[in-house]
Amino acid sequence: MGQPLIEVEGLRKLFPIKGGPLNARTLGHVRAIDGVSFTIDTGETFALVGESGCGKTTTARTILRLYTPDEGRVLLEGRDVHALTGDDLKAFRLAVQAVFQDPWASLNPRMRAGTLVAEALVANQRLPKAEVKARVAALLERMGFPAWKADLFPYEFSGGQRQRIALASALITGPKLIVLDEPVSALDLSVQAQVINLLKDIQEESQTTFLLIAHDLDTVRYVADRVGVMYLGQLVEETDTEELFENPKHPYTQALLNSRLPLHPKDRREELQVMGEAPSPMNPPAGCRFRTRCPFAMDVCTEVPARVQIAEGHSVACHLYSE
Amino acid sequence: MTRSDLPSENGGRHGGDVVLQVIDLRMYLHTRWGVTKAVDGVTFDLHAGETLGIVGESGCGKSMLALSLVRLTPEPASRFEGGQVLLDGDDLVALTDKKMRRIRGKKISMILQDPQQSLNPVFTIGNQLEEAIRIHGGADSKEETKQRAKAALQEVHVPEPERRLKNYPHEMSGGMKQRVVGAMAMVYKPTVLIADEPTTALDVTIQAQYLRLLRDLQRRTGVAMIVISHDFGVIAETCDRVAVMYAGKFVEQGPVADVFDNPSHPYTKGLLDSHPRYVGTARRLRSIEGAPPELTNLPPGCRFSPRCGLAGPECHESEPEPRQVSADHVTWCFKSEELPWASH
Repeated sequence: MGQPLIEVEGLRKLFPIKGGPLNARTLGHVRAIDGVSFTIDTGETFALVGESGCGKTTTARTILRLYTPDEGRVLLEGRDVHALTGDDLKAFRLAVQAVFQDPWASLNPRMRAGTLVAEALVANQRLPKAEVKARVAALLERMGFPAWKADLFPYEFSGGQRQRIALASALITGPKLIVLDEPVSALDLSVQAQVINLLKDIQEESQTTFLLIAHDLDTVRYVADRVGVMYLGQLVEETDTEELFENPKHPYTQALLNSRLPLHPKDRREELQVMGEAPSPMNPPAGCRFRTRCPFAMDVCTEVPARVQIAEGHSVACHLYSE
Repeated sequence: MTRSDLPSENGGRHGGDVVLQVIDLRMYLHTRWGVTKAVDGVTFDLHAGETLGIVGESGCGKSMLALSLVRLTPEPASRFEGGQVLLDGDDLVALTDKKMRRIRGKKISMILQDPQQSLNPVFTIGNQLEEAIRIHGGADSKEETKQRAKAALQEVHVPEPERRLKNYPHEMSGGMKQRVVGAMAMVYKPTVLIADEPTTALDVTIQAQYLRLLRDLQRRTGVAMIVISHDFGVIAETCDRVAVMYAGKFVEQGPVADVFDNPSHPYTKGLLDSHPRYVGTARRLRSIEGAPPELTNLPPGCRFSPRCGLAGPECHESEPEPRQVSADHVTWCFKSEELPWASH
């Protein structure tokens, strides 16, 4: 597909748990992400999937510079994003944008749609007012809004329309990467389709790279080129989307795909791998973190599994594939 | 609409007798913005041991329908404007509040979407389960109440029930809490169990386990279930029959496989086509143009007509009567015989 746009290397982020008098003592750490590495190529859609608490959002927020990693780095076109300063930082903010899950929370209710869309541009780049206005109008039109809607406030739009405004305000800077954190899960079914179609069109037109965070595997399959599966702060499998759905290797990926609901009542399964719940990320199991729920757990699983390449572009961290 | 308009429902198919009959139920909310027709003429039968799914988008009235059945609609806005809900010889709409309290939780009970909000954070699980047992005078002694609370947790496969009874809700995971809520709803082995988006707050792996649990419970107790969801996957997993709801009314109702194979209302077809799951990765998703109508300001004629690609003049003028597609499958659409995707 091209050169890597984003390289994530051994990323680790711990959140302290405070307690004691005046919350002055640190009682422990939540290991939100613990040694995550992957690359995203220019123009592709890379998806991170996993259950809540697996660290997919923390990873995305670290890439966005909303968190500072405790270990590891994030490279954008070869440069460490957490070391950027001055003009480089401004350039980063133009190059990396985000769309969040809840368009009711992510749009400032006191700003008009046009101002919201222009904000990132105005904050990071000096441009004549007329040009900003023209770009906003062009983008809103691309999103399917007539120009006069730029003067409306967020409450005057429906959920799907708001998410389109959020997308416009991410696109205004002509970003290289857009982080999409559950972009459709707050929307109604018939509206999700609009937004998903729009995302695919935008990518085709502008070659923007997407990092998609989603829990809905059907959406991921429809939108993503490659998928990374996360479990308790670690990446357990990474491969092309179709390969993942057709030929999942890690027992957790298999369980996750198995838990998908049937497409049709005739596909209802009587047998279901019962696998309990994920342990707490405050105190994850030693060795392979999935071993407490894994049907194939062996003695060797108390050791940390290395990530092995089992085929071109398909890697998995599991002792079943160690040899 | 009268009862005779509906096709006779084949009770034998699902094994059980009719346990709940809802006839032309109308529940409106009187708000300062006008009258919201949240439930506007809904009719269905529910048989022992079967699961009926009610599917629709947010704001279609599906939750208000569920709350109407247990008479927990928001006061003082809600008013029943007509219809009956017949359970065991009682018309739930006409009962006094006092009588309704004796039936709610005993013969008809409900599981809500968010277990976090169904449990009281300052009492233990045991406390709350025992309260549910005491309320209808179910046990003679404290000891028996305890035993029944423990048994109720075992019924929903909560591991180490004795220890769990002493837990507070915050000490349990979302999936475990939802199991406790299920145990509470099933304490009296009700005739009808309503589950309103029971798994929306849960992770996928937990969701699959919970839906399996509901099916197990039904198999063991023969309870008739109503599952409310916006997700066709949940419907496909749990239901025998499904009703599609739009703007306060049913637009299609039938055996779940028939509705999936042969959607006979443009809205049902639109919902199925807008999900990546049913479209395949190669095809483009189809979205339904426009937005559902305000329930305070409904369009004349068929409520879906302003968004419907097939709508003709009659669709904008009069409301469609139910039409039979096959034995058990009904649609409320004037164009049901000329749907372009239909297989007949």
